[in-house]
Amino acid sequence: MSAGDGKGYLSERGWRSWAFTLDHKRIGVMYLCTTIFFFLLGGVFALLLRLELLSPQARYFSNHAYNVFFTLHGAMMIFLFIIPAIPSGLGNFLIPLHLGARDVAFPRLNLASYWVFVAGFLVIVGSLVAPMDTGWTFYTPYSAKTGAAVTTLSLGVFLIGMSSILTGLNFIVTIHKLRAPGMSFLRMPLFLWSMYATSIIQVVATPVVGVTFLLLAAERVLGVGFFDPAKGGDPVLFQHFFWFYSHPVVYVMILPAMGIVSEVIPVFSRKPIFGYKAIAYSSLAIAFLGFLVWAHHMFTSGMSPLANAIFSFMTFFVAVPTAVKVFNWIATLYRGSITFEAPMLYALTFIFLFIIGGLTGPFLGALATNVQLHDTYFVVAHFHYTMMGGTVMGFFAGLHYWFPKITGRMLNEKAARASWALIFLGFNVTFFTMFFLGVRGMPRRYAEYLPKYHSENVVATIGSVILTLGILAMVWNFVQGLRSGTPAPGNPWRALSLEWQTPSPPETENFHEIPLVTDWPYGYGTKKA
Amino acid sequence: MGDAHPAERHDPAVAFESAKLGVWTFLATEVLLFGALFTAYAVFRLKFPALFHAEHEKLDRVLGAANTVVLITSSLTVVLGVDAARRGRMRLLQAYYGATILLAAVFLGVKYVEYGEKFHHGLHPGTNIFFSLYFMLTGLHGIHVLLGMGVLAYVLVMAGRGRYSEEYRTPVEMSGLYWHFVDLVWIYLFPLLYLAG
Ligand code: HEM
Ligand SMILES: [Cu+2]
Repeated sequence: MSAGDGKGYLSERGWRSWAFTLDHKRIGVMYLCTTIFFFLLGGVFALLLRLELLSPQARYFSNHAYNVFFTLHGAMMIFLFIIPAIPSGLGNFLIPLHLGARDVAFPRLNLASYWVFVAGFLVIVGSLVAPMDTGWTFYTPYSAKTGAAVTTLSLGVFLIGMSSILTGLNFIVTIHKLRAPGMSFLRMPLFLWSMYATSIIQVVATPVVGVTFLLLAAERVLGVGFFDPAKGGDPVLFQHFFWFYSHPVVYVMILPAMGIVSEVIPVFSRKPIFGYKAIAYSSLAIAFLGFLVWAHHMFTSGMSPLANAIFSFMTFFVAVPTAVKVFNWIATLYRGSITFEAPMLYALTFIFLFIIGGLTGPFLGALATNVQLHDTYFVVAHFHYTMMGGTVMGFFAGLHYWFPKITGRMLNEKAARASWALIFLGFNVTFFTMFFLGVRGMPRRYAEYLPKYHSENVVATIGSVILTLGILAMVWNFVQGLRSGTPAPGNPWRALSLEWQTPSPPETENFHEIPLVTDWPYGYGTKKA
Repeated sequence: MGDAHPAERHDPAVAFESAKLGVWTFLATEVLLFGALFTAYAVFRLKFPALFHAEHEKLDRVLGAANTVVLITSSLTVVLGVDAARRGRMRLLQAYYGATILLAAVFLGVKYVEYGEKFHHGLHPGTNIFFSLYFMLTGLHGIHVLLGMGVLAYVLVMAGRGRYSEEYRTPVEMSGLYWHFVDLVWIYLFPLLYLAG
């Protein structure tokens, strides 16, 4: 364990040292700050929605404003937060450290993809002159005709997609070519496996959505009629293209979080991970199967019954590798010496909420119920359980776990647990209530609803206020930790993966000497730790 | 490059292998980008066989064929350029790359004439599905030609500044690879749009 030259990667000052940096760690931090900003902004829109739903009539703003707000909320959370946050943020920071490398394979490309990302969201902000009201799926033909600035927005999404392709490509090459001596694929931390699978999805799926948005823009500007039935086009084609990307992208959202959980669980149970290979390969399996099921989003769009049945079946199939992971985490926990520091609390929350989200999925995947529950609050509850209960909790686990490594400071553990408790409570009050609303038939995407749904909506809004308080407390804790946390030792959690074998924060070149890897990183409670 | 970033200072063999894997991966994404359009082509051709047959007759096969020859020739000059670099003959590399860029410009010039003619006859991207596809596919390909010209020009200039040698010529190899891809896409586009009614 080298002491380093005492100069962490953070020691340089001034905005130029950030804006032009080629250091993967700094680029990762820039992504983290940017995406967390959009998470908070998207959260403000969510609160506005919940506020409006306090009363059955549209009271605070118009129906149109409601449409704009849920589109902004959804699109921001998906494209500007949940897709990039873990891969580009934590992934950038960790991948070379995990591999025992000095940086990613293409540092300049890495910086470029950050700025392409920024350009993308600036274009999207520019498109707000005529805000979107289509929902985050931009279905044609409506999106081809609405007065909103869809063309500009398409360009923005295209840029963001390009940035995500470049990042994924960079990671794939890095993982293939820059592993430290002795770091075979089967000695890689599971976070790396999940990032590898994620990158493959990004590289394979994103070009298709890129060209789809290009076509949407051409449809509006040049009048090409690919998606317009009046011109012989086919709106269903748009949906196929869109979901060819957007279903696999669900796994871009969830796989990295699963990677984090696979890192955190063994450390805080002091046990070797159970079923290492099964977890590693299931990531690849998910990536692969994810491409085969997109059309389950289109059961109501008029495909043939046979196609519907096939996609319905395939959808159940993807659940298998996911279940394998959950089983292995629980087996790891079994008889471990578990401690409940904040990262572990969030990791366990991930498992708990994700199981609920996962179990409610088949109701939607199954053909018959899907048509019944389609576009009710059941769907809203389901995807918040998977995306927020799953991915966001995994992200929070990662933030708490790697905070000492990234900043060189410890967090206040008590404050971290208190904010966790608020988040956990608020989350369930908000979104569990929505399952009831959905079963009782409340449709989504309306600012107004029948009075019989009133009391549940009030409960959900109260829950969202608790949730917000919890998130604010967490952010406050981060700021406090950054300003006045006690200095972090190199390895506060006594973990075995390589990033903990350098000082906190790591020096600019990560390692004094490139480490020689002789074992997998999960030997907890056995010979090494 | 004394101020190279630490990660760029690693073993040149690793750097070369990384670049190669990177470019191949990138080309895979390009294939998918065009793949969606090819899919659209297949879908609509099945849907409107008569329309496609009638409309494709309006394309100028002679100009299309001429452009095919131009692009294939440019692929040859690129190969010769890359080969020159392998033998350390950087002047020759510059000459071949210059020729390639010229041929690319000819290609775009011919496209310009073709587009002008189509517009003149009232054939626009919005005219019908066939011409939508025609303009989207050839337009996207044209943008790639333009990008490729930029990449080749960059390598040409850098070769002039003595950046490459027999040992270090990764960008030369990569730009050649990219140009072959641009050429290859056209090799598919030409029969699809111009020949197969
Ligand atoms: C902070 C707590 C959150 C609250 C209170 C909240 C609340 C809501 C509400 C009320 C809607 C609109 C339901 C409708 O009328 O159909 C909605 C939609 C949505 N939310 Fe959230 N949400 C939160 C966090 C998140 C997160 C973290 C994500 C993703 C990472 C997310 C993704 C979405 C998406 C994709 C939609 C659908 C938008 C559309 O229909 O186009 N939300 N949310
Ligand atoms: Cu799906």
